[in-house]
Amino acid sequence: MFVCGIVCMATKRNGIGVLMGVELVLNGANLNFVAFSRFTPLGLDGQSVALFVIVLAAAEAAVALAIALNFYNNHMTIDVDRGKDLNG
Amino acid sequence: MSDFSISLDQFLFWVFAFIACGSAVLVVAIQNIVRMAFWLVMSLGSVAALFFLLHADLLGATQLLIYVGGTVVVLIFGVMLTASGPYMKIQTSAGELFLGAGVGALLLALLINSVCSTDWDALTLATSNTALPIVSGEVDNGGTARPLGLAFLGIRPDQDLGVTDVTKLSPGFLLPFEIISVHLLVVLVGAAYLARAKRRTVTAEPRS
Repeated sequence: MFVCGIVCMATKRNGIGVLMGVELVLNGANLNFVAFSRFTPLGLDGQSVALFVIVLAAAEAAVALAIALNFYNNHMTIDVDRGKDLNG
Repeated sequence: MSDFSISLDQFLFWVFAFIACGSAVLVVAIQNIVRMAFWLVMSLGSVAALFFLLHADLLGATQLLIYVGGTVVVLIFGVMLTASGPYMKIQTSAGELFLGAGVGALLLALLINSVCSTDWDALTLATSNTALPIVSGEVDNGGTARPLGLAFLGIRPDQDLGVTDVTKLSPGFLLPFEIISVHLLVVLVGAAYLARAKRRTVTAEPRS
């Protein structure tokens, strides 16, 4: 799942598609945390970290969506390849 | 003929793991953004099911509430608000796809290699920390809401119940909890400010 998220982030040109890749990456890492929490003496620490990751991912998705909306308002497209204003 | 039997736990794990990874692959492969969102929902839902299988009840419920019920809805709002015209398709070039797939395959090989070369027996059979049977029984059955809630307040019932020396209490998660509360407030205010409706600026007037 982690690798799918990375590839999704790298290849999608739609900005919202990049956000979906971020969610996949975070979920893959969360699953890893909870599995370690269950099968090794990690205990509750793994689940607490996973809970924090869920909360932070939701917050970051909200901010990223606000940025994406601003991008769309300025460029009239959600294609991230059109964001060339900062190119040297 | 060897006796090949899978327990229900293992069977359900394989089903949900297959759905989660298959949906993730489909999210990458499909170009239509709305269908991508659907497969993302499937993937996140099966991750929640895997959490329940791993005896993490509070986490599975939180995943369903926040991810499936919140984040994906927000993403779909974004899709609807930024929908492109029906004749324009956003497509990545073949060279970029090839490069991305190559890097992904390398990363997958690295991860699989590290998973296969870990000594899992030594890791899982190590003696756990001093936990009284009451608390560990509850946690093993999935009743993680109370121990997690207490851990966020700074009390670790899974590590501290037999400790008599005050200086040996293990730290809870109180500080991260407070930091996250402030963080959420900041994010709410920031996102609302970023996404506010802006007044259109008047274009320059022609010279008289």
